[in-house]
Amino acid sequence: MSAEVAIRHRRGPFLLDVTFTAGQGVTALFGPSGAGKTSIVHVLAGLTRPTHGRVVLQGRTVLDTNEGVFVPPEKRRVGLVFQDARLFPHMNVETNLLFGWRRMGKRADAAEIARTIQLLGLEPLLRRAPKHLSGGEKSRVALGRALLAAPDILLLDEPMASLDVGRRAEILPWLERLRDIARVPIFYVSHSLDEVARLADQVVLLDKGKVAGFGSVYEILAGRGAEKPLGAVLEATVGEKEGDLTALHFDGGKLLVAETSEPGWKLRVRIGADEILVAREAPAAISANNVLPAIVTEVRLEGARAEIAMRCGGALLVARVTAASVKRLALAKGTEVFAVIKSVTVEA
Amino acid sequence: MSFLTPDETEALLLSLKISSVAVAVGLPFATATALVLSRSFRGRTLLDGIVHLPLVLPPVAMGFILLMIFGTRGGVGAFLKDHFGIVLVFRWTGAVLASLIFTFPFQVRAIRLALEARDQGLDEAARTLGAGMLDRLINISLPLALPGLVAGAITAFAASLGEFGAIITFVSNIPGETRTLPLAIYTALQTPGGEAEAARLSALSIAIAFLFLLVAQTIMGRATRRSDG
Repeated sequence: MSAEVAIRHRRGPFLLDVTFTAGQGVTALFGPSGAGKTSIVHVLAGLTRPTHGRVVLQGRTVLDTNEGVFVPPEKRRVGLVFQDARLFPHMNVETNLLFGWRRMGKRADAAEIARTIQLLGLEPLLRRAPKHLSGGEKSRVALGRALLAAPDILLLDEPMASLDVGRRAEILPWLERLRDIARVPIFYVSHSLDEVARLADQVVLLDKGKVAGFGSVYEILAGRGAEKPLGAVLEATVGEKEGDLTALHFDGGKLLVAETSEPGWKLRVRIGADEILVAREAPAAISANNVLPAIVTEVRLEGARAEIAMRCGGALLVARVTAASVKRLALAKGTEVFAVIKSVTVEA
Repeated sequence: MSFLTPDETEALLLSLKISSVAVAVGLPFATATALVLSRSFRGRTLLDGIVHLPLVLPPVAMGFILLMIFGTRGGVGAFLKDHFGIVLVFRWTGAVLASLIFTFPFQVRAIRLALEARDQGLDEAARTLGAGMLDRLINISLPLALPGLVAGAITAFAASLGEFGAIITFVSNIPGETRTLPLAIYTALQTPGGEAEAARLSALSIAIAFLFLLVAQTIMGRATRRSDG
């Protein structure tokens, strides 16, 4: 059991009221902006003291408002990687990296420090000042700094939020490596389904300050626990017009929608799990505008229903179909299919 | 300093000495006061008012109050003399005290601006990395506020060079002891035919003040540009 969390905290009109117990591995805090993800992270780290709450991390009670327990952030052994990296501008990369290590008992030995620096590809940057680093490099230094402090739990608050799509693709592999070597539980805050799907073992789905669902990645994607079954959330860039329709480019192809935004705009596209059909061959004559080639990554059967998880480029799609369809189409992990998308919802 | 007479050189060096010591002694206190004022607490407005009082107080009145308190027959003055042998009145150390009080608000203001402009996020980051309050102050807040500290010190130094009323009231106008540049200008004007000397010393004062102001502005400008960590 890595974390027991119960928080009830009001700030202005916003009420954060969440209770969940997270296991080992990577727990994603997933939800739209304003869902309370960062607030939870700040409570876990001790930067916010909620009106009511109880937080037990790795068996250690760090907050209990009923018992008057509040362990300050500097004594919590919680590693936090902020959205904006927050490197100390007057120190070089190496001094930044060792800041927490020096203060948290120097748990990592020289070999481990060298390994972390190598793993995150930081050797060439050690003597540089933070202002001479790119966004992606800053994120990596911030990750290394938190890791070397050897925390009992690691919190990543949208560590890629300030990066563009290209940089994100560059950082994701580092995060995957981090997940594999970090021996501590990780909380990963994100509003990107792709990131969550790639990194998380379990998901806490948040909406308007409440827990809207909790479970494994696929359970959440398939909508169990959530009100509306979600098939995909894609970050897309508006492209050129094609006839009456507009192309939206995402990491895995393009979607044609009746959307009139200016080219270059960034949008988020939501697709319901019931809005995705699965075909074995490219349908020749079909009313749907969007047919995307994909590869099945997982098939989950439950009674007469089934969820098909598919990878389409860097994006993950989940379709809800019947068990009979799975059998008829002989769908299994690795099957090449076409995802037929009936309708999409475009968010600003 | 060939264009200055020995007396004028003496006044210049004395001015520089008094201002330097006043700033050096005042800086730690100003930093502490700025730190206190950069937090919110009950009575902050009152403390803020007291700190800024010398900006609006008539210097002569302030000098008179100092004379009452620190004069050898004043309460504190007598105590200092009897127990420690310290006499401030009519001494250059007294001029240091008067300068310190009048330049204190300049220092506090500059340091406080620098402290308040600092990124609270960096403080939070340092906390999660195990840094306690004093640790964060020494290793994060003060280094990042350093340009403000330096600028505050320089501005205070330049302002201190011009202090007149409090010094002449509190420690009088004694050549080589308390006759700073402004007092030397005043003395020259009282002397028949001293206009040329007064003009020279005035030009010198203005040049020094302007030079230090420029340095302070440059440092503050650099600090603003640097703050994109």
